[in-house]
Amino acid sequence: MLILENIEVSYGPIKALKSVSLEIAAGEIVTLIGANGAGKSTTLRAISGLVPSQSGRILFEGKEITNKPADQIVQLGVGHSPEGRRIFANMSVRENLELGAYTRRDRAGIAEDLERGLTLFPRLRERIGQNAGTLSGGEQQMLAMARALMARPRLLLLDEPSLGLAPFLVRDIFRIIQDINQQGTTVLLVEQNAHLALGIAHRGYVLETGHIVMADEAKALLANDDIKKAYLGE
Amino acid sequence: MHDLPQQILIGLQLGSIYALIALGYTMVYGVLKLINFAHGDVYMVGAYAGIGAAWLLGTWLPSVVHLPPLIPSPLGAVLVLLASMVICGLLGLIIEQAAYRPLRTRAWIAPALFLGAAVGYVAYGIATNANRTPVSAIIIGIVAWAGLAALLYTTQRRRSPGSGSRLTALITAIGVSLFLENFGVLPQIFSSDPRFFPNDPPIARLAPNVETGLIFTVSLVLMIALTYIVTRTRIGKAIRAVSFDSDAAALMGINTDRVIAFTFALGAALAGAAGVLVFGLQHTKFDPYVGILYGLKAFVAAVLGGIGNIPGAVLGGLIMGLAETLVVAYGPNIGIDSTYRDAVAFFLLILILLFRPAGLLGKFAPEKV
Amino acid sequence: MPLWKRFGGIALVFGLLLLLDHLLYGPSRVAHDQYKEDVLIRCGLAIILAVSLNIVNGFTGQFSLGHIGFYMVGAYVGAALSTYGHTHLFPQLPTDGSPVGLWTSALPILAVSLAGGLAAAAIGFLVGLPSLRLRGDYLAIITLGFAQIILVIVRNIKAVDGATSFTGLPVASQDQALAHVATPHLTSLFWVFLVAALVIWVAYSLRFSVHGLAFLAVREDEIAAEAMGINTTRYKVLAFVLSAFFTGIAGALFAHYQSSLSNESFRFERSIDVVVMVVLGGLGSISGVTIAAVLLTILPEALRPIAQYRLVVYPLLLVILMLTRPQGIFGREEVSRAWLRGQLTSIAGWFSRRPDRV
Repeated sequence: MLILENIEVSYGPIKALKSVSLEIAAGEIVTLIGANGAGKSTTLRAISGLVPSQSGRILFEGKEITNKPADQIVQLGVGHSPEGRRIFANMSVRENLELGAYTRRDRAGIAEDLERGLTLFPRLRERIGQNAGTLSGGEQQMLAMARALMARPRLLLLDEPSLGLAPFLVRDIFRIIQDINQQGTTVLLVEQNAHLALGIAHRGYVLETGHIVMADEAKALLANDDIKKAYLGE
Repeated sequence: MHDLPQQILIGLQLGSIYALIALGYTMVYGVLKLINFAHGDVYMVGAYAGIGAAWLLGTWLPSVVHLPPLIPSPLGAVLVLLASMVICGLLGLIIEQAAYRPLRTRAWIAPALFLGAAVGYVAYGIATNANRTPVSAIIIGIVAWAGLAALLYTTQRRRSPGSGSRLTALITAIGVSLFLENFGVLPQIFSSDPRFFPNDPPIARLAPNVETGLIFTVSLVLMIALTYIVTRTRIGKAIRAVSFDSDAAALMGINTDRVIAFTFALGAALAGAAGVLVFGLQHTKFDPYVGILYGLKAFVAAVLGGIGNIPGAVLGGLIMGLAETLVVAYGPNIGIDSTYRDAVAFFLLILILLFRPAGLLGKFAPEKV
Repeated sequence: MPLWKRFGGIALVFGLLLLLDHLLYGPSRVAHDQYKEDVLIRCGLAIILAVSLNIVNGFTGQFSLGHIGFYMVGAYVGAALSTYGHTHLFPQLPTDGSPVGLWTSALPILAVSLAGGLAAAAIGFLVGLPSLRLRGDYLAIITLGFAQIILVIVRNIKAVDGATSFTGLPVASQDQALAHVATPHLTSLFWVFLVAALVIWVAYSLRFSVHGLAFLAVREDEIAAEAMGINTTRYKVLAFVLSAFFTGIAGALFAHYQSSLSNESFRFERSIDVVVMVVLGGLGSISGVTIAAVLLTILPEALRPIAQYRLVVYPLLLVILMLTRPQGIFGREEVSRAWLRGQLTSIAGWFSRRPDRV
């Protein structure tokens, strides 16, 4: 479904991604784990067109999307719930969700997906008219995910959905990610909490200073001694 | 102080003009974080566009089709207003495409087209001045155009998108502003001779017996229309989303470049309307430099209200218009000379920014560590 | 740097300037040409203005659009001092505004420059204070606001004929010739370029000292600079004060070159001109800014043959340069031998390199 071939990204003189290649098949949950500054978010930003890649190719469903404008990539079916949530704090929850469906014109379908999103995240239903800036951190995370789903993406990029959330909320969020996946959306999950991420993922990639250093089944990675030492704290 | 209500009305009227111009500054600042210095000059072009339209409807058209002149009549006035708004909207669009967009993206066709046309025209003019034959002057113009297009083609392909700094954009805006003024001064364009709307060229007035409240009313209608667009329509929501966080907006599938272009057009159209309202209804003198001071004060109004904030721009404009009018009216009684009218705006600005660093309605975001 | 080298440089500058002065104003007046002198004086003033604005805009990254206000303060304070203090302080000066010899002008010009510079520095302190709270565009607009206020206030000061133009004062005297004291014509190329050299020297010493690093740290990341123990407040205000001081001196020099002083010379567009010099020269690069100041002063003169079009050519060039060389004509590095070599390699590389893939 998604293929990255030797993607290279620089911010000015600093190379954030040196040569990243990965592959995601339809229906999978794939997780990208790594330390702070390893380039996880940059990988997602390169896929969704927020940062230009200096070299390499990105293919989505066989079509090349390298350096396409971000809005076109969304339209092709890639949703992105970005790092730091980036919700529109000056708008209501409903307006945020409506903006998520900006590319769509089918009113009935949008209403249906709004309902589906509110069923996945019942907390948002209670807050629907409220200003998004007044939501709690966990609710904002839910809103960011629900908003990304409103475009009906076939591939969902999730950046650190557990960041700054209370442990019971983190479990909720990860259960919902599994639900979303079971409803047919492929997920690329970037996480610092490697334990949880590998727990729900089918496969995983390990990113270190701009390189993919390991790729395997999630179970195998969980059992790997190096991974245990470096990322699982065992 | 018996004429206070009258003075307040005059103040509101002036303020509503500042507000109309300030809206363009504030919206563009919202989506692009750019002080669009050229905005005041768009307002100037609006006045000239109004003259042109009024001449077409009031003098030229009747002479061609033998109909009663449309000027003065309410319909004619509305047509003049709309014509100026459309022309200025297009101008705003061209400015964005030719000068600002290529700073952010690899776009080269629009700048090569428009900047190239300007360069070609200037080269042609210089060649004519130097007593070249018309044919060779035209060839020189075309060569200059092609040369610039080639230069932009080669440099733009090497640009890494998003690399342009804000200072670069600011200096570009200053360049565009100076260009509009000095291009307007050219004798074959507007020339530097000041004009009065109803007398020069001799056309009838836009509306007979203008009531003082008319400018205020028309501005109010335009502001209500803008509010509707921004809060209720799809593109309006997109504008707000891009203003708040343009990356996040792009992730919603919003074409941010298109939204920025639309914002420029919208703001410029409002400035064009302001140009017609002031110079078409108040009958004051204007020349190609008239946009500088109005633009500056309108920008101050936008900052006063909190730049990027749409209600703030209206509030800032009205406060400034009132303050300025009241100083002129009553200042001399308490020893403030009326020449201080041009400083009032800035006194207010400094005072307010010292207490509310992000303006009246702006949210002060302490920088993150 | 060995002592002889440092003082040798100063002596050289002095010597050259004296020679220039002698050639221009000396008894032989070989090269004297009023027009060329005007242009050169304006180049020198532009250098002082641009290099001192660079201390604020280029070194500390605080954006000032209001330096023309400091220039105005310097000009009017200086002119007021020499005109009003004429009889008491400088009785040796002519009252008809005719040019003054180099040695006769030395003390008076020192006095008016200091007065103009200090007055501007005081105002600079006042304007610099908001920079403690405001950043970026808000600071830019505040400085612009201060300049506009200064303009309006001066316009309302009758003692210097702010509303019209200040040509000197009428005095009660029976002698017809002494009935009007003109602002003395003290400024000559020697003084202008001496101050220009001084400003450049101060800017260089500042830039390549420990303080220079602190300034740059404030520019790059104020919060990080603060965290490193740099007193950002002090540096920001210091930059404003220093920059205003030199700008004020330039103003005083300007006032004593003109036969009349008009508020028209201090419109906000003049601030913009200087900002453009700093940006085109490369923010922070002293040599680049100096060259840009000279180029941009001469450019309109060079464009004179194309008459009304020159006013259009300048903004077009500005827009095109921002598109093609946003880092300034010379980049942000100092112009040096290593810089030249780098430029040549990159030009050579330009022809061999393929453009990035789109």
